Amino acid sequence: MMTSDPANFRPVLTVAGLRLGILAILPVLPGVTVFSMVVGATMAQKGLAFTHSLLMNAFVYAGFSQLVAMEAWPDALDIGALLTLALIAVTINARMLLVGASLQPWLRTLPAWQSYPLMLLNTDVGWITAMRYRQEGGNDVGFLVGGGIVLWLLWMTATTAGYWFGALIANPRAIALDLVMPVFFGTMLIPLWRGYRRAIGWVIAGAVAFAIHALFGGWWFIVVGALVGAAAEGWRE
Amino acid sequence: MTEADAVALLAIAAMAVPTLLMRVGGFWLMNRLPPSRRLRRMLEALPGSVVAATIVPILAREGLPAAVAMAAAAVVMMVRRNDLLALFTGLAAAAAVRAAGF
Repeated sequence: MMTSDPANFRPVLTVAGLRLGILAILPVLPGVTVFSMVVGATMAQKGLAFTHSLLMNAFVYAGFSQLVAMEAWPDALDIGALLTLALIAVTINARMLLVGASLQPWLRTLPAWQSYPLMLLNTDVGWITAMRYRQEGGNDVGFLVGGGIVLWLLWMTATTAGYWFGALIANPRAIALDLVMPVFFGTMLIPLWRGYRRAIGWVIAGAVAFAIHALFGGWWFIVVGALVGAAAEGWRE
Repeated sequence: MTEADAVALLAIAAMAVPTLLMRVGGFWLMNRLPPSRRLRRMLEALPGSVVAATIVPILAREGLPAAVAMAAAAVVMMVRRNDLLALFTGLAAAAAVRAAGF
């Protein structure tokens, strides 16, 4: 538990922080590798040129939305298809708005040329480890940089491997690799725990997300659920 | 550059630009909102809320293997505070439940 409020300290960046950030993501690297290979393999199956897959991986860098987008990939110039792709990117990646928002209290004192490039490295896994680190009193931006760069490099390497050798992936479901993200996410609730009273918003978030998912399907359930849960916490008392 | 290249580049841009705006947008917006106690409490509750909103529908969809994985990982995390061990135990439990035919 933290003894003082770190919000008032200017963040630092040290080699020790880089190391901590890399250590924190080690548990998920096997799962991230397989998932990235699946994305690369899917792009090859759908006939995307290798150079195009590299560009997409480097600049979109949002694996799940890319997987879904492969189903709507256009062969010819088609405004409707382009709009569909943009809509897929917005709905599936809208949770990144929440990721960036929750990093603001930590990084707001950094100059913009440092904080905004950091946002480009945001991923689900890197972010949740950083939130845990932050809750435990951490203040070293190296944590975000170290984990973020390793995750991006692994993503680029593993999607490339998947593009060329994707057929080698055995059934990832048999060893439950499809559950890496939710299970790792879930375990992070334990270090984030601050008592039952503070968990009411989490319960609301889960219930609303479940209802939205059950009623409407699609991908809005994360953002809507999380926003309602967090707003409930903000308005309580 | 061929026409196929142009179509692919446009399609990539159609995804890259919105995704980039999502990555920087939340941070940008929070820099502009007046800070308040209420907003700070909301931001503090966000990580747990995002996690809950992500995993509850997945648990419901994936059924018993996911629920067993989640429970096993949570217990290990509570007892040992070791996320690698927790994740490994959870996945092993899910794989076992699936192998048993669930």
